Amino acid sequence: MEAVATTNAKDLWSGGDSPFKVSYGKIMMWYFLISDTFTFAGLLISYGAIRTSQPKHDAANPLSWPDPNEVFNAGPGFHNAPLIFVTFMTFTLILSSVTMVRAVQEGHQMNRSGVLKWMAFTILGGLVFVGSQAWEWSHLIEEGMTPHGNPFGASSFGALFFLITGFHGFHVSVGVLLNSWAFISTYRGVFDRRGHYEMIEKLGLYWHFVDLVWVYVFLAFYLF
Amino acid sequence: MSEHHAVAHHTEAHAHGHDHHGHDGHHELGFIRKYIFSEDHKTIAKQFLVTGIFWAIIGALLSVLFRIQLGYPNADLTWMKPFLGKWITEEGQIAPEFYNALITMHGTILVFFVLTAGLSGTFSNFLIPLMVGARDMASGFINMLSYWFFFISGAVMFVSFFLATGPASGGWTAYPPLNALHDASSGGVLGVDYWLISMALFIVSALLGGLNYITTVINLRTKGMKMFRLPLPIWAFFLTAVIGVLSFPVLLSAAILLLFDRNLGTSFYLDAINLAGEPLANSGGSPILYQHLFWFLGHPEVYIIILPAMGIVSEVLSVHSRKPIFGYTAMIYSLLAITVLSFIVWAHHMFMTGMNPFIGSIFVIFTLIIAVPSAIKVFNWLTTLWKGDIRLNPQMLFAIGFVSLFISGGLTGIFLGNSSIDIRLHDTYFVVAHFHLVMGVAAFFGMFAGVYHWFPKMFGRYLNPTLGYIHFWGTISAAYLIFYPMHFEISLPRRYYTHSGFETFSDFAHLNAFISTVAIISFALQLLFVFNFFYSIWYGRKLRESNPYGANTLEWTTPLRPGHGNWEGDIPEVHRWPYDYSKHGRDFIPQTEPLSQYEIEHGEHGDEGDRDIIKKEEDENHKG
Repeated sequence: MEAVATTNAKDLWSGGDSPFKVSYGKIMMWYFLISDTFTFAGLLISYGAIRTSQPKHDAANPLSWPDPNEVFNAGPGFHNAPLIFVTFMTFTLILSSVTMVRAVQEGHQMNRSGVLKWMAFTILGGLVFVGSQAWEWSHLIEEGMTPHGNPFGASSFGALFFLITGFHGFHVSVGVLLNSWAFISTYRGVFDRRGHYEMIEKLGLYWHFVDLVWVYVFLAFYLF
Repeated sequence: MSEHHAVAHHTEAHAHGHDHHGHDGHHELGFIRKYIFSEDHKTIAKQFLVTGIFWAIIGALLSVLFRIQLGYPNADLTWMKPFLGKWITEEGQIAPEFYNALITMHGTILVFFVLTAGLSGTFSNFLIPLMVGARDMASGFINMLSYWFFFISGAVMFVSFFLATGPASGGWTAYPPLNALHDASSGGVLGVDYWLISMALFIVSALLGGLNYITTVINLRTKGMKMFRLPLPIWAFFLTAVIGVLSFPVLLSAAILLLFDRNLGTSFYLDAINLAGEPLANSGGSPILYQHLFWFLGHPEVYIIILPAMGIVSEVLSVHSRKPIFGYTAMIYSLLAITVLSFIVWAHHMFMTGMNPFIGSIFVIFTLIIAVPSAIKVFNWLTTLWKGDIRLNPQMLFAIGFVSLFISGGLTGIFLGNSSIDIRLHDTYFVVAHFHLVMGVAAFFGMFAGVYHWFPKMFGRYLNPTLGYIHFWGTISAAYLIFYPMHFEISLPRRYYTHSGFETFSDFAHLNAFISTVAIISFALQLLFVFNFFYSIWYGRKLRESNPYGANTLEWTTPLRPGHGNWEGDIPEVHRWPYDYSKHGRDFIPQTEPLSQYEIEHGEHGDEGDRDIIKKEEDENHKG
């Protein structure tokens, strides 16, 4: 048995087949995500470099780094509730990852209606998240936060916030568009005819990645 | 279980799709699908090559213009006024803002458009599928997009030349604060925005290309093509793509931040600035942050440029020495070492930023360590030549020229890698001489070696060798005549519009005039190559044999003019490494030939007992 296993491991890289037993599309998606990780890393490292050069939060110093509990304390129709709205946003996004997992699972079983149902929930989750972000942006802009000014403290906070949450929101929006396109293709039976639902898997990889990045963005702006 | 089933099914379907292409070679696509929006990797490679040649001419022409300014600061250039308009002053001189734009665009164009897209784009595209035994890239569509993003990126850069305020002029590195402000320079008014957008598009192109190269090498190698049977150019292209996929996105981050600073009033890179005597509102940013982000790409970028050249040269040297490449495995491991180390040396471009000397010393150490794999490669090239049956055709000359230039330029890199010396030499012509030899001209030589070597496979005709010899001897002489004396301009600062106003620099006036004269002659020689290139596509001597150089690699097993799909029948299977030259009394043994009964593959040693048996059996065969 062991001998068989080793020959197999050796054969994997000997050509004629994918060494990871994975299609080219999924490998490409993985490498794209690694590359995108570096883009976000570049932005988050810039955040770290700029933030550490600013004075720490100090209520007496209007140029110090702001306290997230003061900045993010409102939601549609409520005030003085620190971080409640962003908790809802984060929960929605993570939930949409769960529904994505279900969609991928149904895809493995070639169950078109299952894929449709769970993709619809995923798209809905993405839309709610992007919509919430739009609300939060417009709320903060009303409060006077701009890319070059910030009533809560250091002006860099505003610039970095709009840049990084904006870049992340752009990723979510692209994901919603791609998921909608996959939803329509599923509805029209494209993947059934193709014989597999690998496209849903690839989009799933992307969607989970965007969720994961949100965790870091969330940590950077809302928790620390 | 079901997942595996689906995957197997899918890859099978994919392979069938490609086989279909192979058998369907006679099915004619329309002109647009065949030559413009082609998904055939060979056509895309030629598109990259021709576009690269276009940009090389532009980039070199810019250098001729600023060399005229440096060599002949008082020359009357009024005759250029009809072409360059206001960029030639009333006194017939190159305008200072234009000079800055010339050096900026020369650097940008040569580094990105010619030596990245023109080199990697051409040879990765052309050779990866042919050498690993694939019908095409993993995704022909994404491959096509990669070229067209490059094309649009170039178009944006080209348009910026015609802006009233001129193209970007703040150096090819686009450092802030100079490049973050609209009113600090004429190129900064709009040119830098075009530059940044062009770069963003270029990064997309590089990513789409790189993802394809990586995936194709991993997934689409033909049966028997183990990783350690890959020809060295493929290893080089593969690792180049890995470097690109990991470093270009960081330049994207840097470019986005700079675009924000320029157009949305943010202060990521700006703090405490006075412009024309007026303090600006910006505060809280750091221009050094940009330098870190930029050089995190910028340094790996020089390896993106040189690795493909190294791979091509390894192949050409081996084929035309009729000897196996010396130290095949060491070559691969040194490529891997360079790939890893290239990411942790970037701050050696920044010794002057006032960084902590301890941090500086860490970057010094890694910089000196990266010289080790580079030196291993040089020794292996030299030992490959040793006692070889050398054919001195143009591609071989250019490959040997590459090794020469790489050594000459690399030696000064050891000086510059030390922060204590670099602080003295920073931003002088010594640095300019160093990097032009080691990664500029050297990478060009690798590219020329590749073009001369694979031209027959690309176009079915040969380049004219006589023009090739003139091109080689002229270019290598020019390279050394330009850049060897430039090392003596050790006290002359880079990027100055003129040195004529300073008494200490007046000693260099004649040297500068000499360098400029050679540069202009060298430009003319390159035009000779361009003539040879286009003339030979249509009128060159025809290729009549499928394997003209007696090479082992798979691209020479395709038909004379391979169609989309590359092989007419099945894809050949591979049985050995690609460097079995002059083995067992045979000139060459192609990769497709199975090992003979008692033959041990290169790299497989067996134990002493086996060797004795094989020896005995071989002797018996001889007697028989």
